[in-house]
Amino acid sequence: MVKQKEAWSNGWQMNQEEAANRMELRIMPLSENESFARVAVAAFMTQLDPTLEEVEDVKTAVSEAVTNSIIHGYENKGGDKPVIIEAYLTHRRIHIKIEDRGVGIDDIGRAMEPLFTTKPELERSGMGFAFMEAFMDELHVESKQGRGTVVYMSKQIGGQ
Amino acid sequence: MEKMFMVKDGWLTITMPEEMDHHKAEEIREGADDYLLTGKVLHVIFDFSNTKFMDSSGIGVIAGRYKKVSCYGGKVVAAHANSRIRKIIMLSGLTDLIEIVD
Ligand SMILES: Nc1ncnc2c1ncn2[C@@H]1O[C@H](COP(=O)(O)OP(=O)(O)O)[C@@H](O)[C@H]1O
Ligand SMILES: [Mg+2]
Repeated sequence: MVKQKEAWSNGWQMNQEEAANRMELRIMPLSENESFARVAVAAFMTQLDPTLEEVEDVKTAVSEAVTNSIIHGYENKGGDKPVIIEAYLTHRRIHIKIEDRGVGIDDIGRAMEPLFTTKPELERSGMGFAFMEAFMDELHVESKQGRGTVVYMSKQIGGQ
Repeated sequence: MEKMFMVKDGWLTITMPEEMDHHKAEEIREGADDYLLTGKVLHVIFDFSNTKFMDSSGIGVIAGRYKKVSCYGGKVVAAHANSRIRKIIMLSGLTDLIEIVD
């Protein structure tokens, strides 16, 4: 578990050094910022000349992860702690990391099951992770209760 | 601006926003439920004519209204959804519960 965790964040750091371009965005955990975050990443990825469908896939996945940080990670309470959205581009691939310092997830496997939600009273559908999985090539989640959650995703763009 | 809610002959038509995300979900949910509580509405139509983006928050809004009207025999319809919105609805499994029309 710990080993794999280190492998993922190390991999992110190492690959980032070879990136052609990268971005970082910090937002307050407010629902107003959900569209800003997904549109920013979508605009950033146009450098890879993506298809419309690829743009929509990435927008949906970013929206799911950022929304999760806001409503689950920070429990819809706003506050000073940020949601941090990072992305970098390598040859024909976008790599995305979305991080919060919120409550964390106790059982990641269960959280990622389609239809599972801890907030049915807010009419959450439990499909967020399922959509991230469906629309991206790679999805990896790290979390620690009381510390926060990091979602890593990547997707090949163009030239399939 | 079109009105977001319209009632006619027992059907509530909800004009969905351009971007159907968590930020918009609460407004639609509360507005729709005010109409459902009047007792004059049996069925719900979600009109996606203007909608370019939807994530799983939109699925939650549709499924929530379905739960409310289906116990009185009401129907839920998604109209004028583009191919992207249809894909999202399909992936969620809601196609078994609601009707999709052009
Ligand atoms: N950033 C996060 N911080 C804390 N909990 C999270 C986070 N992201 C997801 N979760 C947990 O995982 C569950 C499933 O997430 P998801 O598939 O997006 O469904 P939903 O958001 O509809 O509940 C959530 O209900 C929540 O309990
Ligand atoms: Mg979610």
